[in-house]
Amino acid sequence: MNSPTPDEAPPLLQARGLTYLRNDEPIFGPLSFRLYAGDVVLMEGDNGSGKTTLLKVLSGLLEPSAGTVLLNGEPLTLARLSHQVSLLGHLLGIKGDLSPLQNLRFAIGLGGLRPGITPHQALKSVGLEGYEDVPVRQLSAGQKKRVALARLLLVPAALWLLDEPYANLDRDGIALVNRLLELHALRGGAALITSHGAYAYTSGTPRRIDLRDTAVEQAA
Amino acid sequence: MSYGSSASACRALLVRDFSLVWRRRGDALNPVLFAVMVVMLFPFALGPEAAVLARISAGTVLVALLLAGLLSLDALFRSDLEDGSLEQLVLSPHPLPLLLACKILVHWLTTALPLIVAAPVLGELLYLPRDVLPVMMAALALSTPLLSLIGAVCVALTVGMRRSGMLLALLVLPLYVPVLIFAAGACNAAQQGLPVLAPLLWLGAALALALVLAPLACAAALRISLS
Amino acid sequence: MNPLLLWFHKLGSPPYFYRLAGRLLPWLWGLALIGLVAGLYGGLVLAPADYQQSDAFRIIYVHVPSAWMSMFIYAFMAANGFVALVWRIKLSETLAMAAAPIGAAFTAICLATGSIWGKPMWGTWWTWDARLTSELVLLFLYLGVIGLYHAIEDRRQASRAAAFLALIGIVNLPIVHFSVKWWNTLHQGSTVKLFGPSLIDGRMLWPLLVMALATKLLFAASLLSRARVDLLELEAGKEWARQVALAGERT
Repeated sequence: MNSPTPDEAPPLLQARGLTYLRNDEPIFGPLSFRLYAGDVVLMEGDNGSGKTTLLKVLSGLLEPSAGTVLLNGEPLTLARLSHQVSLLGHLLGIKGDLSPLQNLRFAIGLGGLRPGITPHQALKSVGLEGYEDVPVRQLSAGQKKRVALARLLLVPAALWLLDEPYANLDRDGIALVNRLLELHALRGGAALITSHGAYAYTSGTPRRIDLRDTAVEQAA
Repeated sequence: MSYGSSASACRALLVRDFSLVWRRRGDALNPVLFAVMVVMLFPFALGPEAAVLARISAGTVLVALLLAGLLSLDALFRSDLEDGSLEQLVLSPHPLPLLLACKILVHWLTTALPLIVAAPVLGELLYLPRDVLPVMMAALALSTPLLSLIGAVCVALTVGMRRSGMLLALLVLPLYVPVLIFAAGACNAAQQGLPVLAPLLWLGAALALALVLAPLACAAALRISLS
Repeated sequence: MNPLLLWFHKLGSPPYFYRLAGRLLPWLWGLALIGLVAGLYGGLVLAPADYQQSDAFRIIYVHVPSAWMSMFIYAFMAANGFVALVWRIKLSETLAMAAAPIGAAFTAICLATGSIWGKPMWGTWWTWDARLTSELVLLFLYLGVIGLYHAIEDRRQASRAAAFLALIGIVNLPIVHFSVKWWNTLHQGSTVKLFGPSLIDGRMLWPLLVMALATKLLFAASLLSRARVDLLELEAGKEWARQVALAGERT
């Protein structure tokens, strides 16, 4: 939470007046906030409040109707996507026909590899040791989620955008997500997570963004 | 930190898509089976007379392959959309047209290539004249990648839809007409002993153009569909 | 900003367009109707019978203007689609999508009249000649654009996807025409030329030109009527649309 002053280094992620309209109906915004290295921010909002859409806009998947997304001070657009961002959505992006190991190798090919970690180690640290070569289809929903979490560990993205990371996870899984988030923050990463409040990030007091408060420069 | 080059991203994508096809290698024969069934129906409808069948053989094989390709086109992005891989693909900072070109390549290799291999057998069922066969194979080699590339753009436009089959056919058909005309034109010319090079060269030129433009158009269409 | 650009900018705003189109519409419908009546009277009654085709040729007064319109409207739709994709102008999206069914209708009329004409002339309802075939492919392109537009839930996404398809189609159209011509050439050559001596009698020509103008006006009138309704639906949540609806209720 001890963010450096804004004029020292540009924030890892900055949203400026971010608005998204669908069929001319505002989904969210205008929304302005900043995320610095080491921040874990919890985004709250009811079902349908536009959390998922916000994450898609922040990742560059959707173009905002107004406003800009800045990554390390530089604008993020569809034409200029970044290795710095990793999105974990409702759909995990995991192939059921392939093994966890194959899935992770593909993710590394696409997104690069963080130094000092191997797919085997990543699978071990999410508690999937021994499942390396089982087709993902045969794993439980929670285990699939863990494969996706292992991907986050491997890929060298500084900004994690996690949509409902606690969904489908048991108590151990929730603790695992929190541990991963802590580790990521300590390493100088940042994360924006959505939750409808059932399970919250427990270590420290995470900053919160409420999608209902619009037009407020939050936590700047 | 190593972010990996676009080449390694393409390699990873090729490896993944080939492994996926390999896991379901039984399905890979479905288009061939479909093409065999279509070709088989013609003698039943037109009678087993060799001269009649020989006259329509090349065109029938071409149409059968086109329809079989159309049938398999729908699967190009479907599973990737359903499990969220498509999002990850679009979000990767590597050039999307390049990644899509890899996907189209795998699709062509695993659906169209078996069809091309089966084409001489299909031709034989319809008494295709021997000297037309090489021309037909050349026309298929040039036209099927063209069909895959054009088809991929249309699939990208319909990617989010639940039931896109009929619509996809409607979108694709007008675009397939010139390809079919030139491919069949080469075969007909060969059957009549006329020079075949011109239509084949037209197909080649169109393929060269489509190789460059179709992945770009496909990426643009996909971004519209995912927005 | 220069005045022309400023006017374009203003035209792009839905309420302004709605009002302007509303004022223009009675005139456009009126002129189109007058043009159609005059052109058809000239073509079907006043023009002398063709020495070869006798009265059957008179169908060109419907067939040829429809054929021209089918291509003109496609070009219009693609041009608006291009503007919609590049500059994200809502009005262009609306105009492109409102034009598609009108274009499809003209294409269908062109095909139907061509086929009716073909019966006495060629002895068959249908021949696979280059122009008829291209026109048929054009109809499929129109149907594809309309089908895609209606298959996507989000209206603006739908119009962008359909506009993209229209652009692919306009690249495809010359290729289709060229390939079909290469495939089969049977049709008689063009007889109306804008430049150089025309091969058709002046008394036969003027109704054709009047019809060409009248169909343009008919298109404009029909397009603006459709676009007005579409805009109103698209902007249903906006204040100006609410006012229009309230004003409509009062009268």
